Amino acid sequence: MEKKKNSFLKDYGMVILTGLVIGAAAVLLTKLGNPKNMGFCIACFLRDISGAMGFHGAAVVQYYRPEIVGLVVGSMVMALVTKEWKAQGGSSPFTRFVLGALVMIGALVFLGCPLRMVIRIGGGDLNAVVGLLGFIVGIVIGTIPLRKGFTLNRAYKQSKLEGLAFPIALVVFFIVSVATVLLKSSTEGPGSMRAPILVSLIVALIVGALCQRSRLCMAGGIRDAVMFKDFKLITGFVAIIVAVLVGNLIVNGGVKFSFADQPIAHSDGLFNFLGMAMVGWGSVLLGGCPLRQLILAGEGNSDSAVTLLGFICGAAISHNFGLASSAAGIGAGPVAIVMVVGFIILAIVSVCNMKKGA
Amino acid sequence: MIDARGLSCPMPVLMVQKEVKSKSPDKLEVCVDTQTAVQNITRFAKANGYSITVKENEDEEYLLTLSK
Repeated sequence: MEKKKNSFLKDYGMVILTGLVIGAAAVLLTKLGNPKNMGFCIACFLRDISGAMGFHGAAVVQYYRPEIVGLVVGSMVMALVTKEWKAQGGSSPFTRFVLGALVMIGALVFLGCPLRMVIRIGGGDLNAVVGLLGFIVGIVIGTIPLRKGFTLNRAYKQSKLEGLAFPIALVVFFIVSVATVLLKSSTEGPGSMRAPILVSLIVALIVGALCQRSRLCMAGGIRDAVMFKDFKLITGFVAIIVAVLVGNLIVNGGVKFSFADQPIAHSDGLFNFLGMAMVGWGSVLLGGCPLRQLILAGEGNSDSAVTLLGFICGAAISHNFGLASSAAGIGAGPVAIVMVVGFIILAIVSVCNMKKGA
Repeated sequence: MIDARGLSCPMPVLMVQKEVKSKSPDKLEVCVDTQTAVQNITRFAKANGYSITVKENEDEEYLLTLSK
């Protein structure tokens, strides 16, 4: 019995701890100024960085978010300490770029990455439950090509510089964002809502280090449960919801469960569902959710670094062509057409990368 | 011997699952190159009644041996 308990803690302890810390961090950062139900959102924050760099012109979502820098650097430091840091890359980089862009477009239709979806659920936003259903359906669809031999082919060892280049670039632009006024910076809207830089950075460094140890992944949780009946990662997923729920009860004195009037969210059920389905399917093909891609990029994986550039480019496409939703509803651009094309691209990528005979 | 080096999640453990399901071998060797894959395959092996040994070589690769 004693032994069983120890092995449970060994297998699940770190991922549950990570989930609880992320949930608490999300509530804390929101309290300190980050947008509501958005203490931590990888898609939103990369979109803000895309705006800060001037890749899109949506003035309300431009800010070089320190959380992204902290997550990548935290993962990098932890991987270096544990000697897991390894420069790797070359596994279908352009396909990963395209998948990254599609995942971001889907996330901005829903208004959040899988992490924010979970945080929104913990905040009482029932639209995010609709998103979760879409996410699960997308993941299940994505596991079909996996079972039929889908692969983006193997990555190979790369030079140290190749593995370090993305974290270095991220830090350099972070310094530029703090020390100069060269980057764009929102004065109103979600991009202007910020926790203090130093707090954001330190919290994200801790979360990044924990995520590196626990391999927490939102897409992986559901995928592993479906494919392997392995429930390790999904416990982290549940831990985040619990921590956010409890945190909101303590900090805000209550949680209002509803579809209407939730912060930075819309109630178009169909597009909430489809947006997250695209995120789920794309994430499974990529081998991990947006959060996981950040952590892998910190560990020296340049394929994940390319995927992150895909996210940033996808955010620019979303805002430049009116595909991103807002609290008022879905975007004014050709959202439906782009979603259909996006799903067709996902299907083509899925089918064309199945290895024969597998 | 399954060579799962350089593959993204969840390919390494999926390759092991396929081999175990189709042939249920008494012994199976797998080569991977990330700790994540080592841990995933270790969990899978234990859940499916295999014991497992892990050896690391000088090239930061891991040779896993699953046995019944």
